[in-house]
Parts: sequence; C-alpha cells; structure tokens
Amino acid sequence: MLKVNDLTVNYGVIAAVRGIDLNVKAGTIVTLIGANGAGKTSTLNAIVNSVKKSGSVIFDGIDISKMATHKIVKHGLSLVPEGRKIFINLTVEENLRMGAFNNDEDFESLRNLVYEKFPRLKQKINQAGGTLSGGEQQMLAIGRALMSKPRMLMLDEPSLGLAPKIISEVFEIITELKSDIPILLVEQNAFAALKIADYGYVLENGSISLHDAAKNLLGNDEVRAKYLGG
Amino acid sequence: MNLDIFLQQLVNGASLGSMYALIAIGYTMVYGVLRLINFAHGDIMMVGAFLTFFAMQSGIPFEAALIIGIAGAAIIGILTDKIAYKPLREAPKISLLITAIGISFFLENLFTVLFGSTPKAFKAPEYLTKIFHLGNIYLPISVIIIPTVTLLILAIVLWILYKTKYGMAIRALAFDIQTVKLMGIDADKIIMIVFIIGSSLAAIGGVFYAVSYPSIDPLMGIIVGLKAFAAAVLGGIGSVGGAVVGGFILGFTEIFVVAMFPELGGYKDAFAFFFLILVLLFKPTGIMGQDLERGRF
Ligand SMILES: Nc1ncnc2c1ncn2[C@@H]1O[C@H](COP(=O)(O)OP(=O)(O)O)[C@@H](O)[C@H]1O
Ligand SMILES: [Mg+2]
Repeated sequence: MLKVNDLTVNYGVIAAVRGIDLNVKAGTIVTLIGANGAGKTSTLNAIVNSVKKSGSVIFDGIDISKMATHKIVKHGLSLVPEGRKIFINLTVEENLRMGAFNNDEDFESLRNLVYEKFPRLKQKINQAGGTLSGGEQQMLAIGRALMSKPRMLMLDEPSLGLAPKIISEVFEIITELKSDIPILLVEQNAFAALKIADYGYVLENGSISLHDAAKNLLGNDEVRAKYLGG
Repeated sequence: MNLDIFLQQLVNGASLGSMYALIAIGYTMVYGVLRLINFAHGDIMMVGAFLTFFAMQSGIPFEAALIIGIAGAAIIGILTDKIAYKPLREAPKISLLITAIGISFFLENLFTVLFGSTPKAFKAPEYLTKIFHLGNIYLPISVIIIPTVTLLILAIVLWILYKTKYGMAIRALAFDIQTVKLMGIDADKIIMIVFIIGSSLAAIGGVFYAVSYPSIDPLMGIIVGLKAFAAAVLGGIGSVGGAVVGGFILGFTEIFVVAMFPELGGYKDAFAFFFLILVLLFKPTGIMGQDLERGRF
C-alpha cells in the first residue's frame, strides 16, 4: 500500500532521516518506534511532503514523492499529526467539517460514524476544540482524519501525554480501524505499539536499525533493553 | 452641542467609520492568514475607486461601474498575492512586509504616472448625494446608506466565516497552515479567497469615500489605509468583528473631535493613533483580539 524508498530529510546541517526504506501492506498495522529525536515525525512529514525531502514514496501504486500535501491527502493518505493539532478556535463539529472538506456529500454520514466510534465527542459538538481534554482531542484528531475517507492512515504518537486508561482506549480504536484501512503508527510507547502492530521498524538516529514482525521485536533482547524498559 | 448637531455628527461618524471598517476587514483577514500587514491594501482601495470612476466616465451607470471597480480590485488583490506574496510563503515575515510596501509604492506611482496626481471630481449619482432633512438635521442620503450597506456586508462576511466550509478554513488557517493542508485543503486557494473578500470590501470602502468627499487621487489610499489599519489593530488584528468596532470607534472619534474642538481639527488624524496607543497600552491584543500565536507552530 505504501512503499518508501531511500527517504532522506535534512534540516540545514542536521540529518534527521538518513535514507530509510519502509513498507506498509494492506490490512496491517505497521509501527515505527524510536526514541525522542530519532526522526519519526520527520519521516511522516516527509511522506506527506510537509518538509523537504529526497527519496521516493509510492502510495497505492502512484508516485506521490512530488505531490503537494493537500493532494496527497485527497488521494487517500491521511496523517494525524503529532500533538493532535486540533483547530482550537473551531468547534468539534467544525473540526470534522474541515476533515471532510473534499467530501461534502458524505459529511453527515461520516460524521455520524465518527460520533458512533467516539461517543464522547457527540456530547461536545458545539464546544471549541481547545476546551477538550487531551484524550478527547486525540479522538477528534483521529475522527477528523477519518472524515476524508482515507485509504491509509498515519498516526504520529497518539499516546503522547495521555493517561494509561485513555491510551488503551485510543489503541483499541486503532486496532478496530485495521480491518478497514492499513495504518502506519509512530510511537515512543514501543510496548503498546508493538502489541497491536503486525510489523515494526526501529528508528535510531535517522536510520532503521532493526525491522521484524512485531511479536519478534517484542521478544528481541535489544529492543527490550532499549525501548521496553528491560 | 445641541441634540440636532449631536445626531448629525453621530450619523457622519457612522458613515466615516463604515469606510474605515470596510477597509480594516481586509487588513485583519490578510493578517490572520499570512501574518502580513498588507501595506498595499489602502492602494487596492484606491484602485477600486479609480476603476469605478473610469467606468462611470465611459458612460457605465454607477451600480455597474461599482461592480467593475470591485472586480478589478479583487483581480489586483489576487495578482499581488500570486506574484509578490506567494513566492515568499516560507520566507521571513519581514521580507513579506517589505514586499507589501514595495507593491504599495508601485501602485501609487503607477496610477500617478498614468492618470496624474491632480484629484479628480467623483460625480456620485444623485440619489446618494441628495440632501434630506429630519427636523433640523440636514444630511445627504449617503450617510444613511453607507453604514447600512456596511452592516449588511459585515453580516455576509460573518456568515461566510462561520457557516461555510471556506470560511471555516479561513479561521482554521489563522491558527495553523500545516494542519489545514493535512485536511486536503489547498491553502493557497483559501488565501486567494481572503484576498478576494478583502480587496472587494476595500473597493467598496474606496467608492464610499469617493462619494463622500467627492474626489479621488492616486495617494488617497495612504492616510485612509493607515487609519483603517489602526482600526484593525484597535479592534484586535485577526478579528473581523473587531475591525468593524475599531473602524466605527475611529470614525466617531474623528468626527466628534472636530465638532467639539474645531481648533484641534488639524490634529484629527493624530487622534486616531493616540487612541490606538492608549488601547494597546491596556490591551495589547486590541479590543476583540485573541492571541493568535497560541496554538500556532
Ligand atoms: N524544523 C526543524 N528544524 C531543525 N531541526 C529539526 C526540525 N524538526 C526536527 N528537527 C530535528 O530533527 C531530528 C528528528 O526530529 P523528529 O523527526 O521530530 O524526531 P521524533 O519525532 O522521532 O522525536 C531531531 O534532532 C530534531 O531536533
Ligand atoms: Mg515526533
């Protein structure tokens, strides 16, 4: 579904991503784990062309390496950005409306689906996005991304700053999504991510140091020592 | 000041404030999406007034000429964005600001070279300039029509901003461009819509100005533009409602300062800026402004 080849991101003299390859197959959850500053966010931003990059990105058979960000999203590849990036001055419903910008006719049915998945949002339809709790904002961010009817979803640290109970709620929802669309999940919370993923990549200083089936990584001594707290 | 004169000045203030408000909306909206004080905006107003003037001279009736002026100003607004500002989206904001000042000089000088600097008499249709009286108050009809039309336009702009998806995108863009793109939205198209709205309203403001004063010249946008900018900051830059409130406050202040202290008439322009400084001392974000950088990255 998504094939990334020799992806490189430089910020001036800082090499954030150093020529990595990634592959996400249909019907799977793939996770990209790594420490803070490893280059995970840069990788996702490069895939959607939010930052300058080199290398090739093929999505569903189409080369999207040079495509403008909004066109990539229109094409069906959606990113839930790090820090959720809810439009804090827009209401919950307006945030969803923005997600469905190119889907006018389906707005209501998609919105109802999102409210079904996230009943908590339904009670806050007319509340400004900025007034939601962290967990609710994450749900809104995922719901907003789903409003574009994506064929694949990328999530950047959905667990960031959330309480453990909320994290498991969010990860449960991500697992449910897998049957509909493949997912590329970026996480520092390696344990939670590997538990729901099919395949995993370990990013270290901008390079992939290891990749394997998620259950093998969970059992890997090096991964256990570095990312799973022993 | 007796009641008649007070009412008369009140209406005059509303009319002048309307012009500032219409122009201030463009300043505030462009600032919202680009973080740019568009110094060329006052000149766009001048362009709108000139195009309307020339259309009328060629025999086109006022209403149609106004539409030509609006469309022409909108096109110039779009062109300045596409040609001058768009290549600088990622550049430091100071480059953008200097470019805007350059566009401003360019338009002022271009129109001076083409049409001369002598003010041209603007002949408004009679139904706008006709004097009517209410008791002892004598007023041209325009002072009633201008604020009415302005409030109507404000209602339309607010409807666009709060009820349409394009308006929502404009509001979202004020906080976060990257995430707007992640919604599959072409941010440049939204910015273009902002320039269309802002420039159209500036043209209407310019024509109202021409009807009231009644003359136009290539430099007419400078001081009016500056005061409309002051109105936008006073009301809270980024806020459309604030721009209108700021515009009316400046309009009333200016008219009443002159009415009450005729000997200070020569300083009336200074009052606009004195007022601005005073408000900013106590509320740096302006009357209705929010801290736009909150949430923007
Ligand atoms: N806009 C930027 N400008 C300069 N350096 C950046 C920028 N964004 C990230 N970096 C640097 O790139 C490296 C990778 O960052 P990032 O992709 O955010 O990592 P992660 O998401 O894994 O925490 C870090 O060293 C970070 O400091
Ligand atoms: Mg990150």
